[in-house]
Amino acid sequence: MGEYRGADFFELDDLLTDEERAIRDTTREFVQRELIDTRAIELHHRAGTFPVELAPRMGEQGFLGPTLHGYGCLGLSSVAYGLIMQELERGDSGVRSFCSVQGSLCMYPIHTYGTEEQKQRWLPGMAKGELIGCFGLSEPDHGSDPSGMETKAVPDGKGGWVLNGVKRWITNGTVAHLAIVWARTPDGIRGFIVPTDTKGFSAPLIEGKFSLRASVTSELVLEDVHVGPDALLPGVTGLKGPLSCLSQARYGIVWGVIGSMQAVFDEALRYTQQRSQFDRPLAGFQLVQEKLVWMHTELTKAQLVALRLGRMKDEGKAKPHHISFGKRNNCWAAREVAKLGRELLGANGVCDEYQVMRHLMNIESVYTYEGTHDIHTLVLGEHLTGLAAYRG
Amino acid sequence: MASKVLVIAEFRGGKFKKGALECVAAASRLAPALGGGDVTALVIGGADAKAAAASLGKQGATRVLAACADWLAEFNGDAYARVAADVVRAEQPALVLVAATLDGKDVAPRVAARLDVGYAPDVTKLAVEGGKLAIARPLYAGKAYANVTLAGAPAVVSVRPNTFALLEAPGADAPVADVALAFGAGDLKSKVVAVEAAKTDKVDLTEAEVIVSGGRGLKGPEHFVLLEALAAELGATVGASRAVVDAGWRPHHDQVGQTGKTVSPNLYFAVGISGAIQHLAGMATSKCIVAVNKDKDAPIFKVADYGIVGDLFDVVPRMTDEVKKLKK
Amino acid sequence: MRIVVCIKPVPDTAARIKVHKDGARIDPDGVKFTLGPYDSRCIARAVALKGAGEVVALAAGAAAGEAEAKKRIKDALALGCDKGIFVPDPAPENRDPLAVAKALASAIQGQGGADLIFCGRQATDDQALAVGPMLATLLDLPCVTDAVGIEVTGGSARVQRAAEGRVETLEVTLPAVITGQRDIGDEQYPKLKEILAAGKKPIAEHKVEWAAAKYAVAGLVPPPEKAPGKIVGEGPDAVPALLNLLQTEAKALAL
Repeated sequence: MGEYRGADFFELDDLLTDEERAIRDTTREFVQRELIDTRAIELHHRAGTFPVELAPRMGEQGFLGPTLHGYGCLGLSSVAYGLIMQELERGDSGVRSFCSVQGSLCMYPIHTYGTEEQKQRWLPGMAKGELIGCFGLSEPDHGSDPSGMETKAVPDGKGGWVLNGVKRWITNGTVAHLAIVWARTPDGIRGFIVPTDTKGFSAPLIEGKFSLRASVTSELVLEDVHVGPDALLPGVTGLKGPLSCLSQARYGIVWGVIGSMQAVFDEALRYTQQRSQFDRPLAGFQLVQEKLVWMHTELTKAQLVALRLGRMKDEGKAKPHHISFGKRNNCWAAREVAKLGRELLGANGVCDEYQVMRHLMNIESVYTYEGTHDIHTLVLGEHLTGLAAYRG
Repeated sequence: MASKVLVIAEFRGGKFKKGALECVAAASRLAPALGGGDVTALVIGGADAKAAAASLGKQGATRVLAACADWLAEFNGDAYARVAADVVRAEQPALVLVAATLDGKDVAPRVAARLDVGYAPDVTKLAVEGGKLAIARPLYAGKAYANVTLAGAPAVVSVRPNTFALLEAPGADAPVADVALAFGAGDLKSKVVAVEAAKTDKVDLTEAEVIVSGGRGLKGPEHFVLLEALAAELGATVGASRAVVDAGWRPHHDQVGQTGKTVSPNLYFAVGISGAIQHLAGMATSKCIVAVNKDKDAPIFKVADYGIVGDLFDVVPRMTDEVKKLKK
Repeated sequence: MRIVVCIKPVPDTAARIKVHKDGARIDPDGVKFTLGPYDSRCIARAVALKGAGEVVALAAGAAAGEAEAKKRIKDALALGCDKGIFVPDPAPENRDPLAVAKALASAIQGQGGADLIFCGRQATDDQALAVGPMLATLLDLPCVTDAVGIEVTGGSARVQRAAEGRVETLEVTLPAVITGQRDIGDEQYPKLKEILAAGKKPIAEHKVEWAAAKYAVAGLVPPPEKAPGKIVGEGPDAVPALLNLLQTEAKALAL
């Protein structure tokens, strides 16, 4: 086993099943060997590329769509899924994002809203990582408020559809084989499975990102994209389709960012214990201890939130506002922890020899995507007051 | 109660192992406290072992038993343990010592199991205190030491090499008597069919007992031959700092430190490495650290157990020569 | 082939080991256990060798206690073992290797023997390297320690043993006990579906009368304090003194 061991102040390990623990440990080992020991993540981050060669490896391990049943998926508990996301994000948020998008945003809607034929066609290959999906909801002018979506799907009169529009901030866009595209139809918002080699479909890369550099983000441009009747996800109409997917993915983020905090805290603790200034270890200074304690406290609280949320989810009791609470709190904590961790590493903290700066850069995206911090604040505000501040 | 000590003296590669000689010396020092009597050495091997057997007297053996035959020339744990257990039964010593080499640690537990007595492996302390054996051994890779007691007679103990000194005034040869073997080659269920010299290259860094690492002080990839020569003599693995890996002088899998491997060998040589925190992160838990650096203020000297201030281009070749001499 | 792999939970190598203040044991606070690293490599080799047979993971004398031992058996099952056997132990701490070997021998005989028995070369906690050779002796089987390779043909095996400075090749009749060095098999981590499958594999118990200890730990002490570092000297002339210190004082150099 590698030398990394996550902080577990309240011995939450005791609340996990043997199976959940084993799943966590084997994922941790995968990340250590495939991403960290090989320096793969450092080099992909530097180059701004996604380690696409890992997709089938992650499929083989069982990381893709693991909570789904059948079609090559494992039917794991939500907590087991959360632990996988946690360990992947300990490596890098970009790799975790890949799995979130593949499993929660693409496989989940096919599994939940698709026909048997669609499931058979797409899910086994996606579970193996041979087929990669991306999720088209956000648009250049419609981020936090997807109800303003402009992408349109028009019936072609023969049972098929013609799609037009632009999607933006699409993880996996340039490496995907299929896109789940949400578009306005005469009946309301519907979901479509669009193979990315369909005529009129293109996915230009968004260059110059300072965050999630080991993950590709693109636009999806749909110009008279003609798909057959088998492209429509028949099981859902309206925004609740994409929002239900986002609930799954946000839940994964609640756990994922714990991994980021663990990586940063572990590195900062080791560093400050090892490095001496003024003839004693940095960790012996009060100002340093204050930061370490703060980081550790928020990390520990975030773990308690995630575990309780996961158990509620498995019991069918987790509501969107519970997930908003977890996403909002844990991403905020991870953002603060990353900043403090970087501070504690001094000048070394800005180099990619250490992980803190990468996590600090990544967390800006994670804090923002799948409902910004402020949007989740408003969800909770509405839950508490009954008044929806984001509606007029 | 018998009061003799019996040493199973390992003979390999044309000579007795240093650890075996140390055990004989230790036995001769312990014997009086155990009530006196013979210090017996048992030699198992081929003709060359028998020829050298008498020399164990120089380290204090009062008599030597030779169980030597062609078919015992190659090490065979099954056979050696059976021979040794038969001899121990006949001799009834109070204490059986073996050097804790790989072969010693293979034989000793089998002897103890055959005799149904206690076995203390790889001890670093062995003394007689108040008429009883006082034994201590490291556990958890040296993070704790256990004081252990053994039941049954004799006590079987394997002793970590370098625990005991050789006698300062070596004695004379000892008389050698042959042991009658109760079984033959045909009775063995295992047999060595080939022996090759171990490839000295590449024990993985994380597994290596000894590591010789080089840094920017080497001045170029071509000078790593100096470290390789030293490593070959020490049976060590060569490591590198990040600076030289980034410079392309050494491959990434040789890198020790923050983004490389974390190692914890018994002995770590940091040669021409200043000791940046990134490097220390990967090797600070080594049990013994030796630094060679021409800058006496280099941070590596703060974590080193032993240091030599000097030009590595002079120091390292000398070290290789001196190690060669010591091995002879 | 019917293969038994003897396993033991050991503290993970990153664990901070401290002597408990009672002086009798390791402070368990914060110590996490894993399957012994040599054990898991032996499992990899055993699974590759088993053919139409089965691989049994057997745990006895685990200082970490029953719950840990059973978890590690599950780990072994996830790595491809077909079933587990656990030997309950009322007093597992600092268990005598000979008593452990007797318990393992009883369990192996109790399930009808084996064609091949693997043990890791050592447990990384007590580092005795004793149980494998002792087990072989008790079962009157040949034993090869520190094996780095094994091929089985019919009723015998050809085994490479990494000895000091040499690699021996041995012909061994089966059944035999093999203790595995690092290269006996690959280090591995299970896929998730293997973890799920492991939960459905059987774990049996084999009760034994534990033998009286022939070896006992009377107390544990922390290692001696490290002396502060010293500059041995300047230039190449300091080398002999350095090597002498490494041999006599640090005991770090065995030539």
